[in-house]
Amino acid sequence: MFYRLSGTYHTSYAADRKLWKIPTDRWLVIALLVLALLAPLYVSPLYLGSYVLPWVIWSAAALSLTLLMGLAGQLHFGFAAVMAIGAYASIHLVRAGVPFELSLLLSGLISAVIGAVFGGAALRVKGLYLVMATLAMQYLVDWVVVNVPAISGGAHATLRTPAVSFLFLPVESLAARYWLALAWAVLLTVFFMNVKRTSFGRALVAIRDKDFAAAVIGVDPFKTKLMAFFTSSFMGGVTGAILAFCFYRAVTPEQFGFNVSIQLVAMVLVGGLGSVIGSWLGAGFVLLAPIFLTNLVSSLAASGWVPVSQNFLSHLPLMIYGAMIIGFLLLEPLGLAKIYDNIRKYFLVWPFRHARS
Amino acid sequence: MAYFIELLISGALTGLMYSLVALGFVLIYKSAGVPNLAQGALVMTAGYAVWMVMAWGLNVWIAIPIAAAIMFGFGLVVERLLLRRMVGQPVIMVVMLTLGLEILLRGLVPGVLGSTPKPIDLGIDFAPIIIGDVFINRTALYGGIVALALVGASLLFFRTRLGTKLRAVSDDHVSSWAVGISVERAIGISWGLAGIAAVVAGALWGSSQGVDWTLSALLFPAVAVVILGGVDSVPGVLVGGILVGVLGTVIPGYLDSIAGGSTRDVVTSLIILLTIMVRPFGIFGREDIERI
Repeated sequence: MFYRLSGTYHTSYAADRKLWKIPTDRWLVIALLVLALLAPLYVSPLYLGSYVLPWVIWSAAALSLTLLMGLAGQLHFGFAAVMAIGAYASIHLVRAGVPFELSLLLSGLISAVIGAVFGGAALRVKGLYLVMATLAMQYLVDWVVVNVPAISGGAHATLRTPAVSFLFLPVESLAARYWLALAWAVLLTVFFMNVKRTSFGRALVAIRDKDFAAAVIGVDPFKTKLMAFFTSSFMGGVTGAILAFCFYRAVTPEQFGFNVSIQLVAMVLVGGLGSVIGSWLGAGFVLLAPIFLTNLVSSLAASGWVPVSQNFLSHLPLMIYGAMIIGFLLLEPLGLAKIYDNIRKYFLVWPFRHARS
Repeated sequence: MAYFIELLISGALTGLMYSLVALGFVLIYKSAGVPNLAQGALVMTAGYAVWMVMAWGLNVWIAIPIAAAIMFGFGLVVERLLLRRMVGQPVIMVVMLTLGLEILLRGLVPGVLGSTPKPIDLGIDFAPIIIGDVFINRTALYGGIVALALVGASLLFFRTRLGTKLRAVSDDHVSSWAVGISVERAIGISWGLAGIAAVVAGALWGSSQGVDWTLSALLFPAVAVVILGGVDSVPGVLVGGILVGVLGTVIPGYLDSIAGGSTRDVVTSLIILLTIMVRPFGIFGREDIERI
């Protein structure tokens, strides 16, 4: 009834290869895109700057990571370090006089090369050992960033981002920063949806499912894994630069610590591995749910409904965050993407019960 | 030279105390094949448990066994409620579940019991032992001795009837079922034992630096220890611990003043990276052969 089509019926290969197989999906996405583009007009600057903007940027980061973890099946627990490389590289490039547009690309390339080197070092191993190796990479990059004054400007320094313009538009007002971040996130989304349909995307999936079997059918595991690390680190590096220029605007090493890596993995898992919509939903959920729940409890505590101490309140976001990860893994391992899928399937044939799929 | 020897000894003793934390990791990995990244938080929880029992007014030597009983039960509960439902899931799910538990404990325990550092007084003199020019920290010395004893005890434990069952389970779950061993119970017991190991580690580390959330950061050196020693090897914990402790103390002892501090994390990271690149299964670990 809502979708005007009870199931997906294709009569040609071209219809089956379409990105949006049901017209309603396409209209839904276009409507969402228009809403997102017009957000600066109807969302108050406070909410836009502190909730919507980080959500968009972290969605881009989650998309970059889910290319590696969801499609290629390579675990990465040091992705914040990749983003840190991108952020610091872009700031130093802009300071050295490179145009912003070019320095975004170059910072992506620098993170891609460093990320691929670390990834290549870890390619002999998989699973738990890959987790540990990328974790070690996180600590190494952190240490280098903190202890090389040429990068961070000193141990406890914050590095302000210089004023820049993107394609002759100054990236200064909140709306401009939001639109730049949105453009990058949308670009990544379109890329991700299409990469699944290319030979590269299929090679990644083959590697994820079983690398020996992929090698047998002619997919070079080493090359494909390296390409996965390279692509994903490139996307992560540019996202880091966008994060620095559009959101933080003053960068410290703590903004890219180990906890941020964990948060990114949590976004990818809560959203659903390898899913586009899951990356958006997961980033929003992991970022915003602890904030909203903590605000709720603290307002309840302020009104005297629940007696909790200040110490408990300050630890509450951590508790909610941990409980959220555990809850999702136990109750819905496929994440928010699966929940969305269930709802969509229900409404696809509503008011009837069963889809002919 | 005395400086070097002092670094060497204190490094070895610190390393032995790391191996106390790592022991719990190995106990669980060996039987269940689960990488328990919540072991640091488990040590923190155990430290809080010891402090809490002592706050009831009990002597520390009574408090530690009570805390051990509490943590044994806690380990059983964690295994029953969380990890058992993860059997057969990919490793990323298990890793993330234990990390979620780590985050939850790091928020919940200090949030409920207070986040200011809690003292645990084991009755150890703070004055160092002085041999020649070399100062030795008493807490670290006793901690090292306890670590040696505990690892020895676990080696002996694996020769008992129950330990043999645990070894069988670590070899193969299905054939253990076939000969009538309750695999679930064995894995639960290994979690309980990891809880007891966490109590010993929590009490010793808590007495040397106070009990607060920073105890959970012991996870990182402990991970280096188990990677270096081999994730499924109990003697590897000792050797790995001493190596990580010595390298992580001697190198920063000379480099920190040049490189600007906290080179210990770099050394630990490099140990992890190099081990994984050269010999991923560690010094004593068993190389797992993958079948398609």
